[in-house]
Amino acid sequence: MNSNGATSSVSSGPNEASRRNSKRPKYSKFTQQELPACKPLLTPGWVITAFTLIGVVFVPIGVASLLGSRDVVEIVYRYESECIPQSFSDKKLEFIQSSETNKTCTRTLTVPKHMKAPVFVYYQLDNFYQNHRRYVKNRSDKQLRDKKSERTTALCTPEATLNGSPIVPCGLIAWSLFNDTYQFSRNDNGRLLSVNKTNISWKSDRDNKFGKDVYPKNFQSGRLIGGAKLDPNKSLSEQEDLIVWMRTAALPTFRKLYGRIEADLLANEKITVKIENNYNTYSFGGKKKLVLSTTGWLGGKNDFLGIAYLLVGGLCFFMALLFMIVYLAKPRPLGDPSYLSWNRNPSGL
Amino acid sequence: MRRCIYINDSDLTLDLYCDNRISNRKYTLLNFLPKNLWEQFSRFMNKYFLLIACLQLWPLITPVNPASTWGPLIFIFAVSATKEAWDDYNRYLSDKQANEKEVWVVKQGTRTRVQAQNIRVGNIVWLRENDEVPCDLVLIGTSDPQGVCFVETAALDGETDLKTRVIPSACAGITSELLHRIKGVIECPYPDKDIRRFDANIRLFPPFIENDLCPLTINNTLLQSCYLRNTEWACGVAVYTGNETKLGMSRGIPEPKLTAVDAMIDKLTGAIFLFQLVVVIVLGIAGNVWKDTEARKKWYVQYPNESPWYEFVVIPLRFELLCSIMIPISIKVSLDLVKSLYAKFIDWDEEMYDPDSGTHAHATNTGISEDLGQVEYILTDKTGTLTENKMIFRRCCINGVYYGNETGDALKDVELLRAVGCNCPEVIKFLTIMAVCNTVVPLKSKNGEVCYKAQSQDEEALVLAAGRLHMVLVDKTGNMLQVKFNALTLQYEILDTLEFTSDRKRMSVVVKDCQSGKIILLLKGADEAILPCACSGQQIRTFVEAVEQYSQLGLRTLCLAWRELTQDEYHEWSLLFKEASGTLVDREWKIAEVCQRLERDLEILGITAIEDRLQDGVPETIDILRRAGINFWMLTGDKQNTAIQIALSCNFISPEPKGQLLLIHGKTEEEVSRSLERVLLTMRITTSEPKDVAFVVDGWALEMTLKHHREAFTQLALLSRTAICCRVTPSQKAQLVELLKRCDYRTLAIGDGGNDVRMIQMADIGVGISGREGQQAARAADYSIGKFRFLKRLILVHGRYSYNRTAFLSQYSFYKSLLVCFIQIFFSFISGVSGTSLFNSVSLMAYNVFYTSIPVLMNVLDKDLHEKTVMQHAQILYYCQAGRLLNPSTFAGWFGRSLFHISTLSKRAKKAKKEHS
Repeated sequence: MNSNGATSSVSSGPNEASRRNSKRPKYSKFTQQELPACKPLLTPGWVITAFTLIGVVFVPIGVASLLGSRDVVEIVYRYESECIPQSFSDKKLEFIQSSETNKTCTRTLTVPKHMKAPVFVYYQLDNFYQNHRRYVKNRSDKQLRDKKSERTTALCTPEATLNGSPIVPCGLIAWSLFNDTYQFSRNDNGRLLSVNKTNISWKSDRDNKFGKDVYPKNFQSGRLIGGAKLDPNKSLSEQEDLIVWMRTAALPTFRKLYGRIEADLLANEKITVKIENNYNTYSFGGKKKLVLSTTGWLGGKNDFLGIAYLLVGGLCFFMALLFMIVYLAKPRPLGDPSYLSWNRNPSGL
Repeated sequence: MRRCIYINDSDLTLDLYCDNRISNRKYTLLNFLPKNLWEQFSRFMNKYFLLIACLQLWPLITPVNPASTWGPLIFIFAVSATKEAWDDYNRYLSDKQANEKEVWVVKQGTRTRVQAQNIRVGNIVWLRENDEVPCDLVLIGTSDPQGVCFVETAALDGETDLKTRVIPSACAGITSELLHRIKGVIECPYPDKDIRRFDANIRLFPPFIENDLCPLTINNTLLQSCYLRNTEWACGVAVYTGNETKLGMSRGIPEPKLTAVDAMIDKLTGAIFLFQLVVVIVLGIAGNVWKDTEARKKWYVQYPNESPWYEFVVIPLRFELLCSIMIPISIKVSLDLVKSLYAKFIDWDEEMYDPDSGTHAHATNTGISEDLGQVEYILTDKTGTLTENKMIFRRCCINGVYYGNETGDALKDVELLRAVGCNCPEVIKFLTIMAVCNTVVPLKSKNGEVCYKAQSQDEEALVLAAGRLHMVLVDKTGNMLQVKFNALTLQYEILDTLEFTSDRKRMSVVVKDCQSGKIILLLKGADEAILPCACSGQQIRTFVEAVEQYSQLGLRTLCLAWRELTQDEYHEWSLLFKEASGTLVDREWKIAEVCQRLERDLEILGITAIEDRLQDGVPETIDILRRAGINFWMLTGDKQNTAIQIALSCNFISPEPKGQLLLIHGKTEEEVSRSLERVLLTMRITTSEPKDVAFVVDGWALEMTLKHHREAFTQLALLSRTAICCRVTPSQKAQLVELLKRCDYRTLAIGDGGNDVRMIQMADIGVGISGREGQQAARAADYSIGKFRFLKRLILVHGRYSYNRTAFLSQYSFYKSLLVCFIQIFFSFISGVSGTSLFNSVSLMAYNVFYTSIPVLMNVLDKDLHEKTVMQHAQILYYCQAGRLLNPSTFAGWFGRSLFHISTLSKRAKKAKKEHS
């Protein structure tokens, strides 16, 4: 054997040793896959503890957010059918499309609880598809932003040009701008509650997406009149109703900010609302609602978050309990190889 | 079927064959773009993505910016095209270097320097020491007076030992000046890729030896890419040039292996594609209906009353585009990326580094690591794979007398030394065969020591042992062979060498004893190949018993025999042999037939027994892998008893009474079939018992069963967890692999020698041991490792992790794209089924690339269990083998998960969005 070893070393030569060393893989934690890694073994103890912990954390959060949501006072008033005079109750479409009819309707709302300023005024539309593909793409962001590109109206058909000159702002979205208006006054003293309509849109929209030097042009002057008209002397960045409307809603039911009442409303106070009911939702059966709401630490009134937290927390407690019962009643040995494969029995080895 | 090459005659052969310009390039500058694109688009997935990308160019239907699809698509295409281009450029550079290298070529009788690419078939090329051979040459002259030269063939077959090449006998004795003017014709077959065969003839024209047809073999050639070593110069005639050389012909891309995981992913992709079609059709119809009933009422949408004819396909196509992300474009890229990382981890692994040979594990095939974790059958070679292939002469039996039985080492046996000392003729003959009957090359080093270069480890062991017993092989120059016995120098002239082939299982040399002038045939080989040829009077029982006894000890036995020939007999046979050697068709078979005539009436001298020790850690490795549920089959060319002994010593089978061996044997076809039936019956009965049952079959019985009882044998294979197949040929090994593959088993073949190459290539995974028998197996294999014991780490650690990671990654890719796709589908229900995209292009792209692809790639470092835990509880591999992490039901789980996540998300979103907009 010795002589054998000698021959092989003669044949391999003296520089073999150094070459061998250089061939040896370099050590590093990455190459040797030794970076710290772990995967917790889901033993019953672990699972039950984890579920209980999640429950313990989630239930209080749920309770807190539910309480936070309950503090928000909200008045929702649906008016699209109430604001139709009796005589037009069968011909709603005719009523809304006619320019002769008196569309003002005055109603009284009762404040259920004290509402701290600012009180936000929203309009809510139902069954209105601002997210329809044909609608949502029908705008020209370039034109809205920049005076020089008022001719980029390619995406805006059929509301792109009027007799060859471009419409600013073009497109179906701007064309169908919401045009109901609300006026509020206190019932007891008849004093007008002013609605602040500034800063109701996103600041980034005002500053970046709607140009300060872009003025409405040829707007709502075609054969078909869609919605509201715009003051041609105000630049687009000042037309906040348009800016709010142009930020299209993702769902067919949506609220948009109308303005803010910067005064406290007292509990049981009566408020008179004068609604100009102009907007046509009757052709497609959409609802219109007026919403007055305060905000809490979670935003507007929304019980969902609290309920969701409570539900998940409760579910976790339930699961913990269930696993505990299963574990106590029918424990399964840990690491039983017969669970490794369903079509072979390792114990038969 | 042959080409005629006129040596050194530029008029006759110039334009018939290609020049020596080597081109490995796949592309040229002009055809790169179209060809590469064509290749990439031949894959279904790519076609699909291109179609989607083209549809997106139509602004009426595209939901997002077309750049969000074109970007990744172009990126993916650019990456693979760049990779191809880079590889091709490197090939071009190396081709250029080889093509423009200057070599000495004889032109019009003088040696001139020309670029290698200008060598023509028929040119005479001169090489200096350490030169690379530029094309396939037939050797016609060397600096050595005997016409021998040495070449290193590492680039060709990976074997690092020097090989001897000799000039054909017709060219012997031609001076180097005459070589410039030599004329003649070489008849050789059309170019092929067999680097072990070259069946050709040479005939020299006057004034050289006239009309004497001289056979050429592979030993007379210098093949392209070899290096000339230890020889001052050599020259040869170019026979194959350029891409027609043996090396050029054997180049080629092996068929890509598809892993079970990949096949499963393809299937799931198909299912998702069908699902997508259904979604598109349903939503498309719903969209058209909604448009006609509802959307016309919405005055603010202003649907025109008249629409173009293609209106009805617009909405379905929009949904097709919205849903196209269901099949993630990133999956192929990320899978390729992680797979190459798995392969790198194998290369980098320190624990699979073999310090003895200085080799580390290497993954040649980077795409099939997952399959390692799903192996069900391992088919292993014995010699060199389970054993070290370090042969040591241990015992012998000469003329019925056993030596080395007491001490376990015949070289220390006093009896043998005494027998040698007193010139016992049988023992002398025995030692002569050990020293002479081989192809070992003795090399004298500078300090006078002799060392040996051998291709066969057995031969080296025998020569070394003979040397220890004072019969030293000193020198072999040309046909002359010198042996020193004590102080005596004996000379032999080698007349013919009848080479070893795996069919013949023996080799012999015909030598002429220069002292007595006798012609002797010296023979060694497997006992069953030699004992039947014993002369009629001889008792062979003792030898059979010796073979039996040795193989029970796990020793390799060789039978040595001797026969004296008469002059006439030899000359008569010699003519036949020459004729057979000169044939171009079926040469090997014809030679074997001729050899048969000489190898008869032998005087059997004795048996040698050589020990081949088990490698370190083999029993443990087999034990752990068997606990992991992997079945082992041993396929060996060795004898049954030796194989069983080795199998016992490495835990392959258990000894009685726990284990039971069932033998399939028989002399005739009927006996074999009866035996097979019996074994099958026993096997069926014992499957319920906790017993290790293994069947043993030898090559002949295997051939019978595979031919006539394939069904029954397949059943047996399914029942048996262990099998030993001995005396099997390389093609039978491959057949067995194929048999198991047919039964839908994942097979892994591991071997180290050239005889395992076919099995390695056939198996789902081929593992080569870069061992002492050369690199052939390791080069053909998908993975090469230094030692058998690394197999357990390769399978249990790398294979298992790879499987787990790929299973997660592929399903996660589908999950995340299904998730975003379901959002789009749900959104379409609340956006008037009009095909609006909820996301804009940037968020969609960011979601696909930055949020869900790159972070998830980190899972290549994921480990569910520690390596040590896996090694200790190898049963865990069952989980991977059964494919429990990636199958239709787990995929359905991920599908359901994405659905569930979406339904909670959308509920939440609906509620929350009502609040503010």
